[in-house]
Amino acid sequence: MNNRFGTTLSENSLTVIPPKSGWTMTGFQELKDYRDLFYFLVWRDIKTLYAQTILGFMWAILQPLVQIVIFTIIFGNVAKVSTDGIPYLLFSSVALIPWTYISLATVQSSQSLIQGSSMLGKIYFPRLIFPITPVLAKLVDFGISMFIIVCIMLYYRVSLTSNLFFFPLFLVMMVSIPLGIGTWLATLAIRFRDVRQAMPLFIQMLMFSAPIVYSASSIPEQYRFLYSLNPIVGVIEGFRACLLGFPIPWLHIWPGMVTAAMLVISGTVYFKRMERIIVDVI
Amino acid sequence: MNNDLAIKVENISKCYRIGLKENMHDSLGASVLHFLKNPLQNYRKYRSLYQFDDLRPEQGENRSDVIWALEDVSFEVKKGEVVGIIGINGAGKSTLLKILSKITIPTGGSVTIRGRISSLLEVGTGFHPELTGRENVYLNGTILGMRKKEIERKFDEIVDFSGVEKFIDTPVKRYSSGMKVRLAFAVAAHLEPEILVIDEVLAVGDAQFQKKCLNKMKDVGQQGRTVLFVSHILPAVTRLCSRSILLNGGKVQVDGPTHEVICVYLNSETGAQAERRWGDLKEAPGDEAVRLCGIRVRANNGYVSETVDISEPLQIEIEYEVLQPGHEFRIYFHVFNEEGIEAFMSIDNDSAWVKRPRPLGRYVSKSVIPGNMLSEGRYFIGPTIRTENPSIKRVGVNDAVAFHVIDSMDGNGARGDSTGNISGVVRPLLKWETQFNPKEAQVEKIW
Repeated sequence: MNNRFGTTLSENSLTVIPPKSGWTMTGFQELKDYRDLFYFLVWRDIKTLYAQTILGFMWAILQPLVQIVIFTIIFGNVAKVSTDGIPYLLFSSVALIPWTYISLATVQSSQSLIQGSSMLGKIYFPRLIFPITPVLAKLVDFGISMFIIVCIMLYYRVSLTSNLFFFPLFLVMMVSIPLGIGTWLATLAIRFRDVRQAMPLFIQMLMFSAPIVYSASSIPEQYRFLYSLNPIVGVIEGFRACLLGFPIPWLHIWPGMVTAAMLVISGTVYFKRMERIIVDVI
Repeated sequence: MNNDLAIKVENISKCYRIGLKENMHDSLGASVLHFLKNPLQNYRKYRSLYQFDDLRPEQGENRSDVIWALEDVSFEVKKGEVVGIIGINGAGKSTLLKILSKITIPTGGSVTIRGRISSLLEVGTGFHPELTGRENVYLNGTILGMRKKEIERKFDEIVDFSGVEKFIDTPVKRYSSGMKVRLAFAVAAHLEPEILVIDEVLAVGDAQFQKKCLNKMKDVGQQGRTVLFVSHILPAVTRLCSRSILLNGGKVQVDGPTHEVICVYLNSETGAQAERRWGDLKEAPGDEAVRLCGIRVRANNGYVSETVDISEPLQIEIEYEVLQPGHEFRIYFHVFNEEGIEAFMSIDNDSAWVKRPRPLGRYVSKSVIPGNMLSEGRYFIGPTIRTENPSIKRVGVNDAVAFHVIDSMDGNGARGDSTGNISGVVRPLLKWETQFNPKEAQVEKIW
């Protein structure tokens, strides 16, 4: 039974305002009821992103590709960063594709409530839809740009290993990062617009905090645990291990997983707590 | 909650924090100090925006930084009832709607709603200019709470209603604003909630489309759905709602049959009365020859009334005292509508007193404006008194009294069973006759 779509049980459906506070499963049920809206909002984000462009979805490939080439020239050929023997092109593409997803989705998710403020004041639907939509929509770009990785892997004749079995796990971990950070920042941004100003700095710091342009093995051993608390480290290490066939460094991955899970849970709880005042403060 | 209730609102109140004047500094040093302390102050300010823990409704009025948009509002709406919510700007109508549609949460009190509810505070929420009409129908529909399957089923009907079939696969940014609104309203009109909450979305589109919408809304009401309708367009409220609630300063002022509530609203809003008296003759309008003592509007039932039914006659009474004997008087009045257009003027033609010098004393001249003559709306009466030979204007008061002509939609008036907007300053009930000539006869004539 639910409030908005109960066609058969609707006679009995009761809405109580204000809703009971506290942490209940009804929030998730509501999200499920609105899955069609999710679908169309994601569709809107995807379709309008490349509307009236000549290249269309080619941009989803072109953007990371150019970045990979630049990084390969600068860090691989000029600075000669150590990559544990992996060709730099392969080394950076496997990291830059998930990173591009994480950074874009985080930025968009954190701005989602502010951007949707006109809609917020006019209609009700579960507010959590706002920060989640860009996280899902950017997955399409990510999927398209995975094509680059496949091509480069084919070029270097990388053979697949059973590690690939764990790949979905790292995908989930990858999605959970913008989800966790996004809900936190979107909620904070309602009251403090500083979030937007700080965003480029924050993203840049995140990028250099993870082994994207350099190898994680260059971090001194005594700091490795602290370092791997950053969930992005785990995602990048996981991607490299799964796709390129190295042994998966679980020891450096699970701390990040714990952080990611905590980010998502705390972000959702914080969001839920602030949900009721969003419209009045925004 | 009782089973035949659709909405139960109990002691709802809503508090907003308003911005206080920022401190000004008259010295550079103070400004610099303020600038340095700013982040902390800003933090406190933005943090406090949503915290009302320190507030109680009874002491809220003493605080200068909060306003109570709604205070202790309670009412019930039965299933199938169509209720209008009226009130001046800032009366709390929108806040009430926002609470009912779950957009914002009340500071105190609770609402219980039984049945599937949809709210329309705006048409076309979420419309994206880059998407085509078709995509926007789906997007907007799901935002309003419809399921994809439901929209698929009604899609043709929606497009048909909007009248933009030709452009349905064109991006909405290429639409005219009217087309956009029509498409948006078409989606909204095909919602099938048990309870519908609507803000003034009717004020869109051209006259023809407005009529279509109004009829659609009326259908909604007649299908046994519960409708809450907020509007400034009083004729629309009269047409749609049998019951209305008047909000004033965040409180329920009156709750009852629409025409009664509208009367209260109009009287409190305009400040103009149906009766004016001048007790002290020296203060009264006029001069040494004659002074106006009072003027009033009486409805058909004989009582002084600010509102009169469109199909019923009303009486204007002008009371005056003649202070100099021997003058011939001419009494008349002008009737102006709200836009300041003069509907007509009327001159006293009582043969008993025309062209006859009047003795001292008090007179009351009465005139009846028949029913089915003036259109809906507000009218102002300006009485004038002149003496003849020589012609001198002795009394002239602009807009001395006002009254409201209300169309109660009972079908007896010139409107008949039409529900649309009927234009014109006057609305006479004319006799109509139609002659029918069979078609063949016409054709023969032409050939």
